[in-house]
Amino acid sequence: MMEFKTFVFYVLSAIMLVAAMRVITARNPVHAVLFLVLSFFTAAGLWMLLEAEFLAIVLIMVYVGAVMVLFLFVVMMLDIDIERLRHRFWSYLPLGAMIGLLMVAEMALVLSGKYFSTEVLPGQSMPAGYSNTKELGHLLFTEYVYPFELASVILLVGIIAAIMLTLRQRKDSKYQYPLEQLAVKRNDRVRLVKMPSNKEPSAGQGEQSS
Amino acid sequence: MMTLSLSHYLILSAILFAISIVGIFLNRKNLIVLLMAIELMLLAVNLNFVAFSHYLNDAAGQIVVFFILTVAAAESGIGLAILVVLFRNMSTTHVDDLNQLKG
Repeated sequence: MMEFKTFVFYVLSAIMLVAAMRVITARNPVHAVLFLVLSFFTAAGLWMLLEAEFLAIVLIMVYVGAVMVLFLFVVMMLDIDIERLRHRFWSYLPLGAMIGLLMVAEMALVLSGKYFSTEVLPGQSMPAGYSNTKELGHLLFTEYVYPFELASVILLVGIIAAIMLTLRQRKDSKYQYPLEQLAVKRNDRVRLVKMPSNKEPSAGQGEQSS
Repeated sequence: MMTLSLSHYLILSAILFAISIVGIFLNRKNLIVLLMAIELMLLAVNLNFVAFSHYLNDAAGQIVVFFILTVAAAESGIGLAILVVLFRNMSTTHVDDLNQLKG
């Protein structure tokens, strides 16, 4: 008799693996992104099963909500020639499948041993009232505060790099130079012209102006 | 008998990792799907970390996942920016066309 958690695990992992398969084989990159979103959602479900609630919510809100939407924007913005990209698509499948199967077989041999069984490592369920978010917050702001600040620096570098890479100075756009505006002198803008205030209309003036 | 053990999760993430490796082999011409396969790999690694964190009863694994998510977000942001600049300059994202360096 299967436990309910085991049943949920198998359903979620089946969905996740099928979605991952569709990510790498989808013809349309937009579909690939959407299947990637599906696999992230099911991964969040699995993390819920592992009692990592905060990370599951973060995965959905930050990762699916921001990073995957960025992917979707870029995929829809670029004009991709799918037929050319799919040229000889399956020709590397035998090699790739062989390496993949070999990896899975090796990992399964190692990981299905007795060292990872439930007798050795029973998963502890936390008592009621335990807050995963609170514990992560405590750890993050005490023991891991320097890595936390380094992570914020990495995000800052990411922002600056992405903006500087995609910034484009258009020739036809008009914008101000604050430096030149501040450095301007009176003589650059105002020119005083001495003119006599009252000039007698002369006979030759009409001919000069015409 | 059928209780969930750590090896369930580890084998699941190994399969996910292998799928994304096969994806890198298949989509070697398509930079966007290559980036997506890298995201899947990171997801597999994160699943490993969370599973170990649960079964060893140690929250440090979840902190590491937090940082991996941060770095992965920065990485995909910069990668997509590079992709956009590449497309703007060369009007293609095909890997075979990117031979300007003659490497």
